[in-house]
Amino acid sequence: MAKRVLVVDDEPNIVLSLEFLMRRAGFEVQVARTGGEALKALEGEPPDLVLLDVMMPEVDGYEVCERLRARPEWRKTKIIMLTARGREAERERGLALGADAYITKPFSTRELVEQVKRMLEVA
Amino acid sequence: MSHFAAWAIAISLAYLGLLFALASFGDRRAEQGRSVIANPYIYTLSLAVYCTAWTYFGSVGVAASQGVAFLPVYLGPTLLALLFLGPVRKILLIAKAYGITSIADFASARYGKSGTVAGLVTIVALLGSIPYISLQLKAVATGIELLFAHDGVSERGALGADSALLVALVLAAFSILFGTRHIDATEHHQGMVLAIAFESVVKLLCFLVVGIFVTWVLFSGPSDLLARAEAAGVVDRLHFSATRLSYADWFLLTLLSAFAVLLLPRQFQVMVIENLDIRHLQRASWMFPLYLLVINIFVLPIALAGLILGGTVAEADSFVLGLPLVHGQAWLAILAFLGGLSAATAMVIVETVAVSTMISNDLVMPLLLRIRALGLAQRPDLTGLILGVRRAGIILAVAGGYLFFHSVGEAMGLVSIGYIAFAGVAQFAPLLLLGIAWKGANRNGAVVGLLAGFLVWLYTLVLPSFVIAGVLPESILREGPFGIALLRPTALFGLEGLHPVAHCALWSLTINSALLVLVSLLSSASDLERLQAILFVDVEQSRGTPRLWRGEAKVGALEELLVRFLGRPAAEAIWQAETARRGRPLNPDEPADAGLVERAERQLARAIGAASARAVVASTVRGESIGPDALLEILDETQKVLEYSRRLEQKSRELEVATAELRRANERLRELDRLKDDFLATVSHELRTPLTSIRSFSEILLDNPDLEAEERARFLRIITSESERLTRLINDVLDLSKIESGRMEWKIGPADLVELVREGIRAAEGLMAEKGVELEVAIPDEPAPVTCDRDRIVQVVLNLLSNACKFVPRPGGRVRVELRRKGSVFEIRVEDNGPGVPPEARELVFEKFHQLTGNLNTQKPTGTGLGLAISKQIVEHFGGRIWIEEATLGGAALCFTLPVSEEAGAARVAA
Repeated sequence: MAKRVLVVDDEPNIVLSLEFLMRRAGFEVQVARTGGEALKALEGEPPDLVLLDVMMPEVDGYEVCERLRARPEWRKTKIIMLTARGREAERERGLALGADAYITKPFSTRELVEQVKRMLEVA
Repeated sequence: MSHFAAWAIAISLAYLGLLFALASFGDRRAEQGRSVIANPYIYTLSLAVYCTAWTYFGSVGVAASQGVAFLPVYLGPTLLALLFLGPVRKILLIAKAYGITSIADFASARYGKSGTVAGLVTIVALLGSIPYISLQLKAVATGIELLFAHDGVSERGALGADSALLVALVLAAFSILFGTRHIDATEHHQGMVLAIAFESVVKLLCFLVVGIFVTWVLFSGPSDLLARAEAAGVVDRLHFSATRLSYADWFLLTLLSAFAVLLLPRQFQVMVIENLDIRHLQRASWMFPLYLLVINIFVLPIALAGLILGGTVAEADSFVLGLPLVHGQAWLAILAFLGGLSAATAMVIVETVAVSTMISNDLVMPLLLRIRALGLAQRPDLTGLILGVRRAGIILAVAGGYLFFHSVGEAMGLVSIGYIAFAGVAQFAPLLLLGIAWKGANRNGAVVGLLAGFLVWLYTLVLPSFVIAGVLPESILREGPFGIALLRPTALFGLEGLHPVAHCALWSLTINSALLVLVSLLSSASDLERLQAILFVDVEQSRGTPRLWRGEAKVGALEELLVRFLGRPAAEAIWQAETARRGRPLNPDEPADAGLVERAERQLARAIGAASARAVVASTVRGESIGPDALLEILDETQKVLEYSRRLEQKSRELEVATAELRRANERLRELDRLKDDFLATVSHELRTPLTSIRSFSEILLDNPDLEAEERARFLRIITSESERLTRLINDVLDLSKIESGRMEWKIGPADLVELVREGIRAAEGLMAEKGVELEVAIPDEPAPVTCDRDRIVQVVLNLLSNACKFVPRPGGRVRVELRRKGSVFEIRVEDNGPGVPPEARELVFEKFHQLTGNLNTQKPTGTGLGLAISKQIVEHFGGRIWIEEATLGGAALCFTLPVSEEAGAARVAA
């Protein structure tokens, strides 16, 4: 059964590219345009991995990450945070909140796909 | 030398030796702490040093010619004795409290420890003592002459010298031996006091023995004496008219004597300085007048007897000695001589000790110490020098007396000479008596008054005595100097009919007192003077019974102190706090409690340091003498400290201001830094976002050559549009940073705003058409002249229009552009029918990267987020204003103004 990936970003073009990349890699993809949508999407069957943008209006990536890690049944879900803000303090904050990886935009698509595959142990 | 005279000399010398032994005994007992003089009897007898050869020989001389005219000299002291428990007691209290060593020291201490006052008093005291000492020399010398004459031998032949000179030498030597053994003037001369008390007994007994001999041996009692006086026609001496003194004379002479018994250097010495216990005054207040009464009982009988028995008025000064001699009572004559000698020696000893102490302490030593070249201040031991000065002082006083005797004294009666001294020292009365009663009396007043009184004394009393002696021409007295009758010395300003001494007393004391009061009122006193004035006048309150010194300060004195050292405002603040603390106002006359003194001291310590504060408070509280130099130093130091702290405070205020400014500047910088940081982070984010899409899709295209053409085209369009977005962003950031840093190149010139708005609308037409926006334009036909950069204003209009397009609903979007003149500005409004901007956000939208999100959850507004920020910068650059308000269409109205350019309008019209 294919692993499921949730893509969360408020930039439509980035969502588009991530969705394409994940599908090509053979994952089932779900999309959320805001933090709120992401939390709603998690309520059903939790995905195996979340590609989470940090800078989003209202509920941002950090908050989504925090809430996600607060629920034991979501513990197994991997989180890769994506951000256009590359400062070290933000990276640490993300990892401290329970993210499994932190990738700075713009990123290498190949490396991203490999990282996702590695984390989902499908490579 | 004859048998008799040799005996007389031998007995006299033996007597002097006895005195010396007695003095040594008294001193030894004092050293052992077993004083033999600490009782009111010795004290009273020591006061009787007042009775000198003047009393012993001179009273009879006056009585022989003027009857009871000798009495004022004793009435004065008797009246003063009534005041022993009043002003005299106060003077004693002061002298004891402040360690006074002489009358000059007393006066100087009262007037701000003034060296001038001390020196002046010393000089007057010395000059006043000289006639008085000469009187003693004359009396003793006359006595010796009489004794030798009785032997039928010329004393010159017998002694080979002038008897007065010999007497002077012996007395000077004796005084030096007697008075300059000790150095410390504050130490009591107990031996000397014992010796003079003994002398008072001797002279009294001798005089009484002579009186009894005359009354009951030469005559058979008072009634016999009286009867024979009547027979001889001399009984008129008992009548008041015989005195040839007016009531004014009586009053003035009595007053003068009252002053003299206190102010003569030797009297001040025994009464004030040598006093061991202030309670002795009480007993002395009646015993001293009693002594005076007893020693005067036989004055009239001896005078009358002398006259009855053929003596002349001119010889009357020596009746006491002459009567026993004439009647063959050689031993009685020697006894009479001994009494006179004791009266004279006591006077000379105490007088010279007192005057020489003043000369050394108050005149010579201060002068010598001031001459830096001598380097005295550095010398560790000055006792030898001080003793030398005192000895020289004694010699000076006695030599002066001798010279006065030779030039003037031989021609005058004993009492006349004595009165000169009385009137001289009476000049101290105003400055002393006013000084202990009136705080207003100051140094200038004291100096001017004393100097004036002294000059009047010299002119009205000393000068005439030189006339009488034939040293000066008589015409001065009769016609006045240079024939000015108004200035006749004994009838100054036409005042005639008074006894010459009374005349002098009236003028000198009146002028002295008047000038003292006047000058004091007109001149200001130094701090030290005011302090000393308070210490003296309020001595009773500030001294009191021995307690902790803290309890002895007066509230007023403390306040004075605080005012002086801290300034009036600070002192008043402290006093208000004290008043509040105890809930009632402080009375300046009440004693300050320990807490108040301590707080005052603490406040002082803050200004002048603890040690100085302690010293200053102590000096006020108990009067511990703190030298004028030390106090002035403290004052000076205080001034410096105050000045320094003022400057320090000013600097610190300046620093505080500077610090506050720096802090504000720093906060601004920090804020700017933070903003810049945020801005950079935001710019970075805004740049990375399109770049992410571009890179991702480029890589996707590269890695997936098998993509369908349609999908490939779609991805390429995304890459293109994101590239455009990136370019716009870079342009905007550059624009904004150029404007903000002032490096923007503006192409300023006259323009027609109508034209610019239309241009902006044309540029936005494509966008509006794309969004299906219905545009409404309300622009006047006539030109709207402004001065600006055309392209930038078109950019603003375009920004506002594209901003409006972002928020209008699709479909049904409506935008309205309006231009109209409002006074001196043109206003452009761009309205839309979008959701509008809530009032609280209307300022924020002009900030960089502030993008409204609102409920537009479907799509992020496109644009860089810098458009409105740039617009704001441009509009404000041209003196306009930009803002948001509610639109008539229901959405937001973005408005801006530009000033009407009259020049541009005129130019256009001219063209």
